[in-house]
Amino acid sequence: MQTTLPQQIVPRLALWQKHGSTLTLIVLALPMLCFVFLPLLALLLRASSTMLLKNLGNSAVGQAVGLSLLTTFITTLLALLFGTPLAYLLARRRFCGHTLVDTLLDLPMVLPPAVAGIALLMAFGRRGLLGPYLTYAGLEIAFSQAAVVMAQLFVAAPFYVKSATMGFAQVNREIEQAAALDGATPWRIFRLITLPLAGPALFGGAVMTWARALGEFGATIIFAGNFPGRTQTMPLAIYIGFELELNVALTLAVILLGFSFGVLGVVKGVLRREFVEL
Amino acid sequence: MVSSFSQQRWKTKHQPARADAFALERFTMQRISVALLAILLISLSSCGGQSKPSLTPSPKTPKEGGTLLIFAAASLTESFQEIGKAFTKANPGVEVTFNFAGANQLAQQITQGAPADIFASANQKQMNVVIESGQVVSGTAKVFAHNRLIIVTSKNNPLVSKDLKGLAKPGTKVVLGAKEVPFGQYALDFLAKAAKDKQFGKPYEAAVLKNVVSYENTVKGALTKVMLGEADAGIVYASDLTPEATAKVEKIAIPTSLNVIATYPIAVLKGSQQTESAQRFVDFVLSPEGQAILTKYGFAAK
Repeated sequence: MQTTLPQQIVPRLALWQKHGSTLTLIVLALPMLCFVFLPLLALLLRASSTMLLKNLGNSAVGQAVGLSLLTTFITTLLALLFGTPLAYLLARRRFCGHTLVDTLLDLPMVLPPAVAGIALLMAFGRRGLLGPYLTYAGLEIAFSQAAVVMAQLFVAAPFYVKSATMGFAQVNREIEQAAALDGATPWRIFRLITLPLAGPALFGGAVMTWARALGEFGATIIFAGNFPGRTQTMPLAIYIGFELELNVALTLAVILLGFSFGVLGVVKGVLRREFVEL
Repeated sequence: MVSSFSQQRWKTKHQPARADAFALERFTMQRISVALLAILLISLSSCGGQSKPSLTPSPKTPKEGGTLLIFAAASLTESFQEIGKAFTKANPGVEVTFNFAGANQLAQQITQGAPADIFASANQKQMNVVIESGQVVSGTAKVFAHNRLIIVTSKNNPLVSKDLKGLAKPGTKVVLGAKEVPFGQYALDFLAKAAKDKQFGKPYEAAVLKNVVSYENTVKGALTKVMLGEADAGIVYASDLTPEATAKVEKIAIPTSLNVIATYPIAVLKGSQQTESAQRFVDFVLSPEGQAILTKYGFAAK
């Protein structure tokens, strides 16, 4: 893939005309931009660098950061593993109840996270639907790291599935058919044609899932509880910290912002370079 | 092969527009950053003390008979709602609205300038935070109720014995409050007292702490987990056992010698524009009628 852009000279008149509309556009776009930008800026201004350095050594901060990175990584991996077949099915097959399944997948994104937490308890809790069987199998999910991952997966996986479905649906079927005519097996077609062409959508969806999982709070505190080092992820530590140690909360908030900004920035850079059409 | 071909085709088709867009984008980015910088400077300069006084209403015009905004600790939710109704009945024309949350959170909100008329805290510590920030009308802070801790266990749970020792039995899942919130600190205080007591001792405290599966941020969160049977036992405020909760849990009283008594202070805030109505509400909470409602919800009177 080449990324060299032919340096064409843009006609000046057209540029001028575009500038006029760009200026108007900027003025119209500024309120939204400022609204999103100012609170983040205020957060950064409140957190002095000395306070950051002092609290970075705090073991609670380190534990929360580590746990968040570990659980969100597993969550994203699981979303990729189990979300991809579902997305492919939704994109490529029409079946009875297709719209229903599609709509059901939207629900975790709409539900208040606290409700998601309660729902998870009702399903996997000790007295939940599957509770007796899980207990019989010797599995205790609530208050464990598995519960943290499940809470994140429930709330965040739909972002990946939605994006991947769109990605698979947009792949030009003629290319796949051409490969099939040349004798490629379905798996080869999927691996060498469908996957690369849907790649940006899958990648973007996975990043959205990761980001949503990183910020997950409501479902986690209800389903997994809050135990430092075991189930206390960054958002939980930030919320509890807000109760007393505002500085710890601010430190974690800035770290969370930094991480998210860094990863999203890198990902967007990669996307632009690797998949020029995005 | 095929994929790169299709991308190539796509690229050539859209290239001119993209080059144009990039040039524009660079230009736009510059403009946006200039604009943002300007806004940043404006907002910073306005933080520099000039506009701050103008934010507070310069001459305090008393506007009695409006709506009182009361910031109250989450454990007061049910009792204060009933007190609010009784107060409105006794004082027609004065509406009351509540903001219930953790006392610490409310104290933060008030010190950050939330427009509350009254603050009712679940401990003296958070009231002191607000007093030290200079937001309390001096002399109005008064203790209006006491609360004590109680142990709740999930119903029909064969794992838990019905006395204090049950908390320490290995394998019992216990939920406490986080040490940052009052009911969590009180639970730790109770365990510390038990550790000094001959009947329990240090091993008891250690065993209970080992059983803790979650440090909850709200009493309701801890209670819900016991009600759902997810946790075997928890330590909450006696006032949190609403009739609904009582039906789903079993209670174990903590002896007075070991129990920690929480004090609830209330105060009128300086930011209030209707201090007279606010004071009337505080007086109502302290009156026999208000105290009777609090007792009904499990609080001990002032």
